[in-house]
Amino acid sequence: MKYMLLINAGAVDENGGAAECTVEDWMLYDKQVRDAGILVSGESLADLVTATTVRVDRNGAPTVTDGPFAETREVLGGFYVIDVPDLDVALDWAARCPGARGSGSVVVRPVATFGD
Amino acid sequence: MDVSASVSTSASVSASVEAVFREERGRLLAALARRFGDLDLAEEVTSEAIEAALTHWPVDGVPPRPGAWLMTTARRRAVDRLRRDRTYAARLALLQAEADLAAPPPTVDGDLPDERLRLFFTCAHPALPTEDHAALTLRCLAGLTTPEVARAFLVPTATMAKRIVRAKTKIREARIPFRVPEPHELPSRLPSVLQAIYSVFTEGYAASSGPDLQRLDLAEEAVRLARVLRRLLPTQREVAGLLALLLLVHARRDARTGHHGDLVLLADQDRTRWDRPMIDEGRDLVIEALRGGPPGPYGVQAAIAALHDEADDVAGTDWPQVVALYDVLHALTPGPVVALNRAAAVAMRDGPQAGLALLDALADEPRLRGYPPLPAARADLLAQLDRLDEAEHAYTEALELAGTEPERAHLRRRLTAVRSAPGRRSRT
Repeated sequence: MKYMLLINAGAVDENGGAAECTVEDWMLYDKQVRDAGILVSGESLADLVTATTVRVDRNGAPTVTDGPFAETREVLGGFYVIDVPDLDVALDWAARCPGARGSGSVVVRPVATFGD
Repeated sequence: MDVSASVSTSASVSASVEAVFREERGRLLAALARRFGDLDLAEEVTSEAIEAALTHWPVDGVPPRPGAWLMTTARRRAVDRLRRDRTYAARLALLQAEADLAAPPPTVDGDLPDERLRLFFTCAHPALPTEDHAALTLRCLAGLTTPEVARAFLVPTATMAKRIVRAKTKIREARIPFRVPEPHELPSRLPSVLQAIYSVFTEGYAASSGPDLQRLDLAEEAVRLARVLRRLLPTQREVAGLLALLLLVHARRDARTGHHGDLVLLADQDRTRWDRPMIDEGRDLVIEALRGGPPGPYGVQAAIAALHDEADDVAGTDWPQVVALYDVLHALTPGPVVALNRAAAVAMRDGPQAGLALLDALADEPRLRGYPPLPAARADLLAQLDRLDEAEHAYTEALELAGTEPERAHLRRRLTAVRSAPGRRSRT
């Protein structure tokens, strides 16, 4: 079963990194996910100031706007998709993720499957 | 399983047959949920198998291995359903289920395997809303129907049905497993299982609203669930502590309400009406709960209940020990309700003034806002101190907040007593 771990960054320090974990923490975690053979995909996202939003109105006309800006404390900073037997295993991987520490959080969502 | 004695006679015993099946229903459901990973499917075929047994056994006789019979029947129905339902088939690996059916049924001497522990942990899984844990536990492990569960928590059936469906959907779609946590996970996972049973008990023991103060069927169901859990986890001291606590409180049930369903406080209860064998059983369990390691919150609460149960009257209660245990409990589970109970115990040990000072320190506690025992306890102490105006005010406040009619009746009596107390300043 595939689960997406949505990593919400918490507070960031002056270097733009998360306050509660180091680059080494992330590298170690990434290696563990890969070594466990459960990785489907995973990316970390560039800073929110680079984000652009597209909407298409009823007439099919697109509008492009800068943002969104961080209105809430939590901003999606990256994700993993992992393939594991059940939710407990996914929750365990989420708990080990450096992004879950301190003011950060990881939301675990099953990837929808559609029957044949 | 001992259904043979009940089933072999006639249809007139069907009520007792159903009672016997309540135990088996949980076992069957647990085994099937584990096998198929789907609680809905498991519930459906469990009911069908039990219905089939109720139809066939009185006529054909009870099969030599009733547990195996039920399991085989249920699994056959499940595979039939999987064959019919393409979405199920896709999701639940039909082939594996069919191969599984060919294998001998996993029963021990004709008895069902007891996999209910898995189900306890699934029903109280942290990924499910806490308020649904007790409802799911009642539904899956006590075999209550959804309307019965709704009645237990005094919510409309439609509301409860929605909550249960939503929880079951999450179990299935997010694939919450049917598994017993590893020993290292138990400290974080067991408390929610205990809490689910405890909240069934408290809802039965002190119904939060409604005409009846106690709903003993619910309290008894909680005791039964705690006994099952105790059998399944015999070495977990907090499980012993929970069962001890429930027994030591439940032992007072007959003395807790008066002739007209009115509330009788611990201080005024006729202690000869307490259930002594139940107290003895609870006390033995307290010793087990407190021995061999640091105490847990249920063990400590059970020890407090045991001190009350052992005393001949309120004056003879070991209040210094009760206060000491509340200190331990407060260190384990800090919270305003524990602080409130501790204050009441301090009042008994050191006098009403000391208790009142502690209660007044809790006055601004937001978590106690609207909690009727706080003004009620203050009122009692104020009355003892002859501060009758303030007592009257506090009783009135408690009366406005109280949820059940017997509680309100009790507070009205106290209010009347304060108003008509000798030496009361006349009111205009």
